[in-house]
Amino acid sequence: MTNNISVDVRSARKVYDATSGTVVALDSVSVQIRKGEFFTLLGPSGCGKTTLLRLIAGFESPTAGEILLNGTDISGKPPFERPVNTVFQSYALFPHLTVRQNISFGLEMLGRPKDEVARKTDEVLELVKMTAMADRKPQQLSGGQQQRVALARALAPEPEVLLLDEPLSALDLKLRKEMQHELKRLQLETGITFIFVTHDQEEALTMSDRVAVMRDGRILQVGNPRDIYTRPVDRFVADFIGETNFLSATIDGKKVRLATGDTVAASGVEAHSEGAAVTLAIRPEQVRVDDKGGLAATVAETVYFGTDTHLHLTLGDGSELVARLQSPPSGEIGLSPGAKVSVSFTEGAVQVLEH
Amino acid sequence: MAQTAEQKKAREGWLLSLPALTLLILAASGPLIIIAIYAFLTAGEYSGVIWDLSFKAWFQVLFEKDIFDGTVSLADAHLTIFWRSVRLSLLTTLLTFTFGLPTAWFIATRPLKQRALWLFLITIPFWTNLLVRTFAIMEVLRVEGILNKILTGLHIIPEPLQILYTDTAVLIGMTYVYLPLMVLPLFAAIDRFDFRLIEAGYDLYAGRLTVLRRVILPIIRPGIVAGSILVFVPSLGAYVTPRVLGGGKKMMIGNFIELQFGAGRNWPLGSALALILLLIVGIALIFYVRASASENKDG
Ligand SMILES: Nc1ncnc2c1ncn2[C@@H]1O[C@H](COP(=O)(O)OP(=O)(O)O)[C@@H](O)[C@H]1O
Ligand SMILES: [Mg+2]
Repeated sequence: MTNNISVDVRSARKVYDATSGTVVALDSVSVQIRKGEFFTLLGPSGCGKTTLLRLIAGFESPTAGEILLNGTDISGKPPFERPVNTVFQSYALFPHLTVRQNISFGLEMLGRPKDEVARKTDEVLELVKMTAMADRKPQQLSGGQQQRVALARALAPEPEVLLLDEPLSALDLKLRKEMQHELKRLQLETGITFIFVTHDQEEALTMSDRVAVMRDGRILQVGNPRDIYTRPVDRFVADFIGETNFLSATIDGKKVRLATGDTVAASGVEAHSEGAAVTLAIRPEQVRVDDKGGLAATVAETVYFGTDTHLHLTLGDGSELVARLQSPPSGEIGLSPGAKVSVSFTEGAVQVLEH
Repeated sequence: MAQTAEQKKAREGWLLSLPALTLLILAASGPLIIIAIYAFLTAGEYSGVIWDLSFKAWFQVLFEKDIFDGTVSLADAHLTIFWRSVRLSLLTTLLTFTFGLPTAWFIATRPLKQRALWLFLITIPFWTNLLVRTFAIMEVLRVEGILNKILTGLHIIPEPLQILYTDTAVLIGMTYVYLPLMVLPLFAAIDRFDFRLIEAGYDLYAGRLTVLRRVILPIIRPGIVAGSILVFVPSLGAYVTPRVLGGGKKMMIGNFIELQFGAGRNWPLGSALALILLLIVGIALIFYVRASASENKDG
């Protein structure tokens, strides 16, 4: 089925010539983004997220590979011929134009009739709740307001795809939360395909229909937030998306054998051969701490986080494990360093990483 | 806003700048006052002025009286000179802008380390005397000059062009001389320009020319206005360039004024012309202040 695919990136590669030699910003990236979905590119700084967006927008052309929009190759088209709009990280609002003029710019360039431009502009102003500020210049707005205008400007021409490059990174925490909801609402209301870039895993998990985790110019894993969080393919993804415990183990039948000698049930065993050395990923909130019945462990440290308390544990072989427990009403978990405890894992919590 | 102690102290110390202020006022307004007075006196027979109130000079700016029958008519020659001055100055401004914009753009888009070098190269012509540079241009434009040698040598034109002593020669010379005055403010404006706005323009379906017209030019307007004033004002009063390249035939206001104080022996007319030149420049400056004030109001 290709007709529900909006953007189809096929083996896109981008090499920059820098003074210090060439930089491979994207290394054969293939990804299909569906119509009307909220798709997020997640990865640390420098992994190639912006480069991928710029290839889709048309500001850069791929060194190799192609980019399709609704099934047609757009690799050779300049940005002004692509029905794709960008919300720039720096907003890039035109300083010489008012909010209203900024928003109507795209519609005017498309040659839309005057009354349609005015009507559509008013509509979008309303949508981002900036009607009262319509005649101000961008410099007279706060960061959050500029953000809304940038969004409105990119939405006004009703593009097929909206590209958002870390649009919320310059906002403070409270405003960022607000805008996250706002963005999600706008995406649902307009039905436009959103390709959103962030290096904030929480943002990616809460907002997206699907997430692509990137590293060093490659896409490591694509999936919905739950898949990515509960079944990371490798150590990098597991670590990048929330905190994770990693334990070394070997495959032992349908179970895995830890370095302590204990065997535990794990998912993902089938992908590996008997006796293979593997890495296990266990989320801290899936670690249970009891008096007896599990692996023997010693409390090394307790760290109070308010709602949670983190318990740093040492297993029999010296490997470390963090358990995240809900703090009791008193705030005192009642375990001090040196205490002997017993550790077990929630059903399905132990993941054998693919590689 | 509350004034700091330092600001207050600095304000009270203005007396220290009195010598400089005195010099400035005397040097700037002194000659101007003399000119303003001379313009209303009677011309002396051989030179200088006679201290009799007269408006003849102002009459002579635009009109002439036939020496035989006393009929009054418009002084065509004067009008031609005024028109040539304004026209050549405007054209010089336009040409320096046309060449200056790409040049300034080029410099502003070089890596930071190279920029200083390019700006330095732009200012090198200022190191040489204007007269010497103008003679160099003359050497290029001459009938047997470099330009004609190249053009005929390449069989682009059959006969050498007679450029020297025409308006074109004056225009070429002034464009060459004043180009840096256009490039520098343009560079300053482009240097402040956020290049990401160009991508924003492309992203919003504006083609290359539209981005230039709707995004780049409006934003660097202060630089364009400053450069235009810096070129237009001295062009209007240019003396050396039209004198050398126009060969005394293609006079501009500056040459005409000089003529009145020299061979013309009409100091009052020269003074009146100088005041008129000042008036035109003043109008240009008002335009500049208006343009930059509206920019500030916008921003
Ligand atoms: N114009 C460029 N010239 C040279 N190298 C670049 C250029 N743009 C990006 N890069 C390099 O490409 C890599 C990916 O950059 P980018 O796509 O901006 O990453 P991200 O947006 O994920 O932080 C980085 O190593 C960066 O230094
Ligand atoms: Mg980036």
